[in-house]
Formats: sequence, structure tokens, C-alpha cells
Amino acid sequence: MSIEIKGVGKRFGSFVALDDVNVSIPTGQLTALLGPSGGGKSTLLRIIAGLEDADEGQVFIEGVEATGLPAQKRNVGFVFQHYAAFKHMTVAKNVAFGLEIRKRPKEEIRARVDELLKLVHLSPFADRLPSQLSGGQRQRMALARALAVEPKVLLLDEPFGALDAQVRKELRTWLRRLHDEVHVTTVFVTHDQEEALEVADDIVVINQGRVEQAGTPDQIYDAPASEFVMRFLGPTTEFAGDVVRPHDIQVLSIAVRDGVRATVTQVQRVGHEVRLSAQPAAASGSETVVSLARGHHRDLGVDVGDTVWLRLTPGSSRMATTPAR
Amino acid sequence: MCCSGGWRDVAETSVARPIARGPRGQVGAQGATKHLLRWVAIVYVALLVAWPVTLVFWNTFAEGLQPVIETFTDPLVLNSLRLTAIAAAWSVVLNTAFGVTVSMLLVRYEFPGKRLLNALVDLPLSVSPIVVGLSIVLVYSTTNGWFGAPLANAGFHVLFSTPAIVLATTFVAMPLIIRELVPVLQEVGVDQEQAARSLGASFPQTFRRITIPAIRWGLLYGIVLCLARSIGEFGAVKVVSGNLIGQTQTATLMVEQLYFDFDQEKAFAISSLLAVISIIAIITVSLLRARAESRSHS
Repeated sequence: MSIEIKGVGKRFGSFVALDDVNVSIPTGQLTALLGPSGGGKSTLLRIIAGLEDADEGQVFIEGVEATGLPAQKRNVGFVFQHYAAFKHMTVAKNVAFGLEIRKRPKEEIRARVDELLKLVHLSPFADRLPSQLSGGQRQRMALARALAVEPKVLLLDEPFGALDAQVRKELRTWLRRLHDEVHVTTVFVTHDQEEALEVADDIVVINQGRVEQAGTPDQIYDAPASEFVMRFLGPTTEFAGDVVRPHDIQVLSIAVRDGVRATVTQVQRVGHEVRLSAQPAAASGSETVVSLARGHHRDLGVDVGDTVWLRLTPGSSRMATTPAR
Repeated sequence: MCCSGGWRDVAETSVARPIARGPRGQVGAQGATKHLLRWVAIVYVALLVAWPVTLVFWNTFAEGLQPVIETFTDPLVLNSLRLTAIAAAWSVVLNTAFGVTVSMLLVRYEFPGKRLLNALVDLPLSVSPIVVGLSIVLVYSTTNGWFGAPLANAGFHVLFSTPAIVLATTFVAMPLIIRELVPVLQEVGVDQEQAARSLGASFPQTFRRITIPAIRWGLLYGIVLCLARSIGEFGAVKVVSGNLIGQTQTATLMVEQLYFDFDQEKAFAISSLLAVISIIAIITVSLLRARAESRSHS
């Protein structure tokens, strides 16, 4: 295990940011800390980096206790949401900063900076100032800067959060490929479940200062440990007293034995997807939302007021709804 | 580039809006108001500042260059200018060192009494320099001052000598650098400093290589203001210096003395020099401002 977090707690005044958090982050993997805003995931990342002190608990980095160590002694690469570019330095100087602090020979620094700028596709921009770069380019520069010091772990705090949607998608695909090349243990914070599912080898779901679940994207998506995880990882609906995924429900226009009879109340077209709301005939049943592919809906030919039969696709994840507290 | 669409993926687009223009009559009314305001401002500044200051220069050279040359070869005048330079230099050095420290403290850290410190820092701006002078006398008086008596016993005299002049000047100019730096430090934020720390830089390295370059224009601006204020200080210095001719008389005190001694030519000459220094300071400051702003917007 590359990073070991044991019983970490952190309060800001009366607000509990982290409460007895225990996490193991495997070596060489790309791990996502996923959760809603204000859930404590950024605080945990900053505690790992030494930018924030934990009130209690311990942090181990590669087997060495780092709890009391100041940030500059942890050899951890940190990438900030808003880039934290050194505005008065050129791109090359930004990347060279950590190496210059370590007083490496000039030749070595130049070679390393060249290599890193090539890695992040910024070689033509070496002599520009950060203000002359786009957001995506700045973040790639920040990544090269963090990688320059050959950190034991690379920590990214909502690295794509300040970028627009298109660039964010490009950059996260690129981060995945970069990680496959560099193999440094990487932890990134995100509130975007799609980003975590797409990029990460492992996901740690954090909510209200606690770890809800840790595992591979498949484990988390297919076997959520709690209703919160199930709801946070994708759209959900209620069906026959369970929380299920809208795309796991089959819609049939003919009666089947294990089907639930329902009346279509609304049909909403969203691009390639059709969202169909249906009210089960049983008085107790609450409305179910089903997600269908556009083509499938056309074949089915159902509209508002029609009677349909709903059933869950075998093997789908389902979870009993918790009664309202 | 990817096919899965959802509400998250809707690109934010900024729509350029045409600038709303009022009807023609409204524009005319606005134009008239603008002209009126402009003339009010011009007349006000001209009557209050430009005209009187111009008269000082006018009077300086009214009798030709001879009195000016005489003034600036007078050893007493040179002595007073030297004293002003010493006081201003110390004031700038002390206020730069403490200004940066206090600004960092006020912006970067939370501590009990922060608001009080914040208010105290502004005190020299709001209190009359005469009060500043008297308060220094109370502290350093050799007969009953808290510090004055022990220091006098040790053979070190503060009042009526250079240290008191330096103290008074520094006190009066204290807030200028801090008030410049606090907003700049707030705007710069801590991200860059934290990034430097995580890259292995110690506090002094971070301060020198990241913090100082980030605030340099604001700092320079503050220093110029501090210098101008220190050179012009009169009231507090008058109280604490004893105004001993040729010994503890700064340039501003010399101007007053010469003026009341009917040596007006010399008084105007020194005044002109002080005004020229201030004008150079103002021009420097506005150039720095423009430069700092163009940097932050580029």
C-alpha cells in the first residue's frame, strides 16, 4: 500500500470535515476520492499532502509515517483546481522550480524539463507565461511541475473542475493515458461520478466525512454498499419497493408473469434517450422512471395512457429503500 | 469527442450581448452631466492644488537662479536635507520590513486580536501628527518617560536627536505599505505558496521566490507612497526634534523657519525641491500602477 490513512479526523470549528477515516491506497494505481461537495474529500487529500493538519489519526506514505511532516518534506506532487501557476515565471521555469529548489545540476534540469514538456505536449510553449496559456494547458503545466520532482505520490484536487466540459473530457482521457505511461501512485478528488468511473482503477466514496465504500469502479457500481453510493453513482428510480437503475428496467407491451402492470404517465425525449414515467397499478407503488434507447422506444410504440408491464433485468443491482428518517 | 451526453456535458457558452444604448436625448443629457462634472473637478483641483503649487515654483525662480543656487549651497540647508533623507530612508526600511510582516500576518493567519491590530495599523492615518509627536515625547522623555529615563542613563538620547525624528517619521508613514499590500496578498491567495511548499521549498525560499515576486508591484507602490509621506512629515517631527538649527532641523522644519525669518526665497526653493520629489513619486507610482494592472490583465 502506498498511502495508509488510519483513524484521521478533522474539524473546522464545530463542522466535522473528517470522522475516523481509514483508507488504503494501492501503489501504482489511479485512485479517485469521489463524493459530494463539502464531504471532506479535498480535506483528506490536503492532509495527505501536508497542506492541512489532521486533528487525530496517522498518515503513512510508502510505509513511512508522514503525520507530523511539513509539506515540503513529503515529496508529494500536488495539483490544484485553479492551477496555482507561478505567474511571474515562464512555463519552463514553473516546471523547473522543484528541481532548482533541490539544487540539481543545470544540465540535468534542462533535460528533465524538456522531457516533461514533451510528455504534457507543451514543448512549443516553454518560454510563454502562464497567462498566455489556456486553462487546459495551465493544468498540464501544473502536472508536469508536480511530476518533475519524481514524487512518491501525485495528488490532484478537482484537477479538471475549472475547465469547460469538452476540455475536461479530453484531459481526463489524457490523464488516464499519462498514468499508464508514468505509473506514479495517483489520487484525484472529484465530485463527478462519470469522471471517477471512466478514469480510476479504484474509487473511494466519501460522504459527510466518512468513507462510504472503497473498491473498483465495477464493485462500486454493481454492488453499492449503501443507498447513498447507489444514488450517487448514477440515476436511480424506485421499483417494487427497491432502488434500481432506470436502465435496468425492461418495458413490455404484453403481459408477462413476473411483470408489474403500470400506466405510462409521461414520455420525455432527451437526445438519444427516452425517459418514460409509469405508475404501477398497485395502489402502494410509487412512480417508476425507465430509461430506454430511442430506437427501442420507437419499436415499443407506447405513449401516455398506455398500459405496460415492467420487470427488472436479471442480475441488476437493487437495494431496499430506507424508510424516510 | 465522447458520445455519452448528459447535463454535465453542456458546454458553457458566453453570449456576447450588444451594448444597450439609450435614446438619443438620454445620451445628450449624460454628455452634459459628464461635461459639468469634468469642469467641477478641474476647477476644484486647479484652485486647491495646481495653482498654489505652481506659485511656489514661480516664486522660486522669480528672482532668477542666483537665490536657488545660494539656497542649495547653504550648509544649514544641506544639513536639513541630509536629515530628511536619513529619516525617510529609515522610515522606508523599517516600514517595508514591518509592513510585509504585518500584512502577511493579517492576511494569512487567524489569531485573537486580529481586528484590533487591523484598526491600530490605521491609527497613524487618522490621528494628527502632533498627537504622534506628543506621544513619543511621553514615552522617551528623559525625566518621566518609560523608556526615556533608562535610555538616558545608558547614555542614549532619543528626544531632540535623530532617533526621535526617525521614530516620528516611521510612525506617521506606517500604514501606507500595509494598506497597499493587504489587498494584493488577498488577491494573490495561498495556492502558489502551497504549490511551492509541496515542491519542496522552505518558508524563506517560498517567500523570496514566490511571495515577493507576486506582490512586487504593490510593494513598490507602497514604498514610493511611504517615501513621499516621510519626506513631507512636519508636525510630529516638529514636536520631537526640538527644531535645533543645523542639528535636528529637517527640510520641512527649515522651510517653516526660513519663511518666518522673512527668508522667503530660500523657503520657496526648498519647497520646490520637496514638491518636485513628490511629483516624481506620483508619476512613478502611476506608471507602476499602470504596469501592475496591465500585468494582471494580460
